[in-house]
Amino acid sequence: MAKKINKKPKKARTLTYADAIKEALFQEMTRDKRVIAYGIGLPDHKAIFGTTSGLLEKFGPGRVFDTPISEDAMTGFGIGAAMNGLRPVYHHIRVDFLLLTMNQLANIASTVSYGSGGKLGAPLVIRAIIGRGWGQGFQHSKSMQSVFAHIPGLKVVMPTTAHDAKGLLISAIRDGNPVLFLEHRWLYWQTGEVPANSYEVPIGPGQILRKGKNITIAATSWMNVEAVQAADILSRRGIRAEIVDVRALSPLDDKLIVESVKKTGHCIVADLDWVNYGVSAEIAARVYQKCFGHLKAPIERIGFANTPCPTVRVLENEFYPNAATIVRAVEKQLKLSPMDLSKENFYSHENRFKGPF
Amino acid sequence: MNIDLYKKLYLIRRAEQGIIDNYATDAMKTPMHMSMGEEAIVAGVCQALKKTDQVLGTYRSHALYLAKTSETHKFFAEMYGKITGIAGGKAGSMHLSSPENGYLMSSAVVATTIPVAVGVAYANKLRKTNAITAVFFGDGAIEGGVFWESLNFACLKRTPVIFVCEDNGFAVHTDQWTRHGYDSIDKIVSQFDCLSFKSSSTDAGVIYDIAANAIQEAKKKKKPAFLHFNYYRYLEHVGVNEDFDAGYRSKKEFYKWYKVDPILVARKKLIADGLNEENVQKIEQKINERVVLAINAAEKAPFPSKEKLYEDIFYGKKN
Repeated sequence: MAKKINKKPKKARTLTYADAIKEALFQEMTRDKRVIAYGIGLPDHKAIFGTTSGLLEKFGPGRVFDTPISEDAMTGFGIGAAMNGLRPVYHHIRVDFLLLTMNQLANIASTVSYGSGGKLGAPLVIRAIIGRGWGQGFQHSKSMQSVFAHIPGLKVVMPTTAHDAKGLLISAIRDGNPVLFLEHRWLYWQTGEVPANSYEVPIGPGQILRKGKNITIAATSWMNVEAVQAADILSRRGIRAEIVDVRALSPLDDKLIVESVKKTGHCIVADLDWVNYGVSAEIAARVYQKCFGHLKAPIERIGFANTPCPTVRVLENEFYPNAATIVRAVEKQLKLSPMDLSKENFYSHENRFKGPF
Repeated sequence: MNIDLYKKLYLIRRAEQGIIDNYATDAMKTPMHMSMGEEAIVAGVCQALKKTDQVLGTYRSHALYLAKTSETHKFFAEMYGKITGIAGGKAGSMHLSSPENGYLMSSAVVATTIPVAVGVAYANKLRKTNAITAVFFGDGAIEGGVFWESLNFACLKRTPVIFVCEDNGFAVHTDQWTRHGYDSIDKIVSQFDCLSFKSSSTDAGVIYDIAANAIQEAKKKKKPAFLHFNYYRYLEHVGVNEDFDAGYRSKKEFYKWYKVDPILVARKKLIADGLNEENVQKIEQKINERVVLAINAAEKAPFPSKEKLYEDIFYGKKN
């Protein structure tokens, strides 16, 4: 029978962020039998927010397994398996649990290559879910990218878009080094264009999420969503904000941020973490150093309040920055009068960002 | 007594004597955790392992390195921090390794390489390499939660790993009575789904037999094995001197163990087995010469160039 020729132009395929991650795992595990996936609850009915469902059935219990609640040992396990020819992807439903693994990360994973004179590597990927939920409180809400990025020998990425979630995870799995892959749970619901084929997004460079000429907003993870909303609000009064999605914290390729600030003369760093000693400090320091003569105002840094994260919503709303925080920072930088934001509908656990960017 | 096993023992003792003889010059700027007293355990177990089998160790791993690799030039060069060392001086005494000889890693944080070894062993299982992974640690490591986490998971997944506990009764300077809320570690470990062996022998031949049997049984039954060996640490926790004047242990105890010194015991057995004194001395002389050559070469070798600081932070990439 003759094949029907479809003359309609192909519509771009869209996936949710969660499905993009799942697709990356399936494609990499199919391509390379060295890839294994494990973690607490990975094969259960919740399947790490649905990102691992079907893996066990497809690849079997040797390559996909649940674990005892032994984060410390299971991290060392992953490092050892990685040193000896496997490509493990270790899953954590909360980044806070990685604090139990800091010895393995900071003392072992980060020094496998250096300590062996480059003879060995530890190609281990650690997926960890970060971010805000519905009253997650102070032990289920951290980000910790600056803690990891502080340690030489670890790579740290925070994909924002569905496209990058897939491409960066594939790059992370193929990388010869330990990579921390931090996913904000509120990003899972967004839909975006994701090619069906396998592709890599390089670990290092950021991307321009929105072009603008008046001010640069360098943002990480979920803060890009807030930045986009802030940019929309500001555009109503003619302000064009340029948003740089930082994507990788280590190695941090600051080229795009620097180029953007040289163009706009203004810089806000919106990091999804505490401000003190954080990624926002690192980025601000680099921008000051490389754009000193170009800056028309001091850099504004936006992040969590310098407190543990409270549970109750009214305090939680004070703890987390959002688009309004960014709008106010832009107004301060550009010496503008404050806009009326009382009619704005900001994102929340109930009012979800559905994408695309 | 197997001659190769004696060679291992003598090499370890002689190499460490080389460190002691030269340490006062301060050319080896790395903290030395000496193996003296534990040679039988490491040499015996390594003798039972194949070259393709893997080991992981601790900061007290001179013996393990020498037993697994029989290599001296890179060893001493690393002690002197020279570019010809195993990691060009970046590792020093506490982080010895030799991946090409199956020695994967040593750590200076107690118990830290135990789960790594379980992962290495799991990779062997999945890749069907038939290799065994042995991880060496002191009795202090058992107090770390990660030991129990690792033992549990290794048993659960029937991982081909041998846990080798080198028990010298002290964690740095603290005796076991100050640390243990239990009587027998072996009793507890035997409740897990693994094999358990114990010995206080300083005879490397005995250790070899136990290790060879444990490896065979572990492979046959597809279970991990726990080997618990007692020994006496001759020198201070870190450094090349005795510390009996510190008061936390008595020299009497040392003399008791020194009567059955691993090298003396093995040497006597070698002669009893028919090798004459002259031949033993020849073996020893060769090793003496190797050690002297290695030390001389290490002293003469260049230090790493300054730009080496930034090399190998990431694998496969020189930045």
